Amino acid sequence: MSGMPLFLWGVYPYLVLTVFVIVLIVRMRNDPFGWTSKSSEFLEKRWLRWGSLLFHWGILFVVAGHVAGLLIPIQWHRGMGISDEIYHAIAVWAGSLAGLAAGVGALILLFRRLLDRRIRVTSTPGDLLSIVMITLVIMTGMTATLFNGLDHSGFDYRETISPWLRGVLLLQPDPSLMETVPITFKIHIVLAFALFALWPFTRLVHAFSFPLWYLRRSYVVYRRRGHRPSSQSMEKSVTH
Amino acid sequence: MKIKAQVAMVMNLDKCIGCHTCSVTCKNTWTNRQGAEYMWFNNVETKPGVGYPKRWEDQEQYGGGWELKGGKPELRSGSRAHRLLNLFHNPYQPTIEDYYEPWIYDYEKLTDSPQKRHQPVARPHSVVTGDPMEILWGPNWEDDLAGAHVTGMEDPDMKGLEESIRMDFEQAFMMYLPRLCEHCLNPPCVSSCPSGAMYKREEDGIVLVDQDACKAWRYCVSGCPYKKVYFNWETHKAEKCTLCFPRIEAGMPTICSETCVGRIRYMGLLLYDADQVELAASVTDEKDLYQAQLDVFLDPSDPKVIEAARKEGIPEDWLEAARHSPVYKMAVDWKIALPLHPEYRTLPMVWYVPPLSPILQCFEGEGSDAEPEDLFPGIDQMRIPIRYLANLLSAGDEQVIRTVLKKMAAMRIHMRARNLEQEPKMEWLSETGLDMETVEEMYHLLAVAKYSDRFVIPPAHREEVSDLMSEQGSCGLDFASGPGSCAGMGDW
Repeated sequence: MSGMPLFLWGVYPYLVLTVFVIVLIVRMRNDPFGWTSKSSEFLEKRWLRWGSLLFHWGILFVVAGHVAGLLIPIQWHRGMGISDEIYHAIAVWAGSLAGLAAGVGALILLFRRLLDRRIRVTSTPGDLLSIVMITLVIMTGMTATLFNGLDHSGFDYRETISPWLRGVLLLQPDPSLMETVPITFKIHIVLAFALFALWPFTRLVHAFSFPLWYLRRSYVVYRRRGHRPSSQSMEKSVTH
Repeated sequence: MKIKAQVAMVMNLDKCIGCHTCSVTCKNTWTNRQGAEYMWFNNVETKPGVGYPKRWEDQEQYGGGWELKGGKPELRSGSRAHRLLNLFHNPYQPTIEDYYEPWIYDYEKLTDSPQKRHQPVARPHSVVTGDPMEILWGPNWEDDLAGAHVTGMEDPDMKGLEESIRMDFEQAFMMYLPRLCEHCLNPPCVSSCPSGAMYKREEDGIVLVDQDACKAWRYCVSGCPYKKVYFNWETHKAEKCTLCFPRIEAGMPTICSETCVGRIRYMGLLLYDADQVELAASVTDEKDLYQAQLDVFLDPSDPKVIEAARKEGIPEDWLEAARHSPVYKMAVDWKIALPLHPEYRTLPMVWYVPPLSPILQCFEGEGSDAEPEDLFPGIDQMRIPIRYLANLLSAGDEQVIRTVLKKMAAMRIHMRARNLEQEPKMEWLSETGLDMETVEEMYHLLAVAKYSDRFVIPPAHREEVSDLMSEQGSCGLDFASGPGSCAGMGDW
């Protein structure tokens, strides 16, 4: 294998992952002030309600589905007694539902960003690019799932894409696994990696700030002057 | 007992003339930046009125403050999990319409316009979008009851007043209410911040936002029942009144206090027991919250308190300042200052001396010169202003308001008698439980006190916070995304 396929399935993912990890760490250390969800609810909340809720909840289930389908080997699925038919039924129906919610939400957010005057003028190129990319990735993903799920071609990404991706993550890439993958999936994967490359430069970093530890924090937080605690020490240091 | 010191403020509303100097100097100091144009860390509202942001006291709409759930205070916006589940869309979040869209005039038109038949006009433009806009609401739209016949009815503090009486409140009374962050003992903004970016300072109780840790989840904005945490639409970070902490640390009052024309503001320390805060916020009857908060404060002259405070590491000069605190005198000793909306269970730390002027206005309007014989029964009879003030300052307890107003009236009567060299009118004093010495001290602080009596603020002990030797030669600007250290700023 050589040329374009080798680049796309053997080199490109590593370029993306390198940028993703390094920029994320550098930004976390050097730009905590710029690290925010950039909420625009203050300027417009009617459309945001539908767009943001549909998109965020949809995408959470989509991510869960991707973890289940891509990172967990097919043998484990079968070992757990999940037959291929059941798996595909769940993947197509639940996946489509979550994907539809995320897609509709993303479209609402995209059009809100373009059409609402206040949101439009306060948008940065990064804001526009990330919502456009997200919309494209969701749409290509939906296309791939629906075409594959509906025409019963017998293609199972758990035997091609999943082992390829695990190989990439374990630093043992096997680009040949991607040879038989339908073009719809290939477009989805290439765009998704592009989104990951964009991720650390944009507002999307807020996904890594979901404040789960708030659930265990006491309500009132005290701090000594000139002292900025880490999140762990803050859990302990609070009184009241 | 866990003693903490808190820098607190009292405003004597009787002396507020509504000049907005406090708001303007505050804005020039803190919020004349992009994204912060609409923010007024300090603003002065004319009451009755819907205020800024509109109907900020309506917690059904904004979900701010605490309410009692199962005997414990819980945020009105729900549990921690509830907020995390609603992170993607905060249903209580106010939007720019609830405040106002900031604007600027294109003044260049006035000088750059070519000669025309008509005078050039500087039109208003939105600061957010840059588009020309029609100004339909502003930060102080209801100044001096302007349009109050339209908006005043929607004032949440009008609850409990009959419709017929409400209709002519415009003739009844008007007052000014300067507002800033309350730096609460039980701050709901801090409690509702999922990132832990908001905190109360151990040393002086000032509530601040860690700008680096803020992730724009926005629950502080809706969680504050006074709507004194703002969202910067440019930086996407929460911002709020800092109680001018750089000034406080240097022993100076806030800029709003410093520049107050009517000298209505007082600042000083209060010592309180941090372990009692939650208990005080948990009392069942809202009307008991005022007394419960008073019980949290500690007597700075009590040797036991002093000893315990020393153990907590509160410096000696701070204890000395606490003993001279004008805030302690007005809030605790004389009980003439009251907390703003104690029913929010926040234990606020900016207190107010209620104004006697609404009652005096009524008498003066009728040609009387507010003789004592009129004033005292007046306080008992004046239903509208008393009810309104009670909704504002005592969770609806009218008796608290009457008692304070009678003290203020007794002080006036006594001092007038003294200045006219008449016999002191002891019956009025004794009815309010004051003696001559106290009432004259009260008069001194409220009327003629000097700067050093009004502001008793001990400087911060910076030497305990950081290694000052190592900071020699630095200029404090070499933090991340700051302009860099002094070395990089060219030759000086």
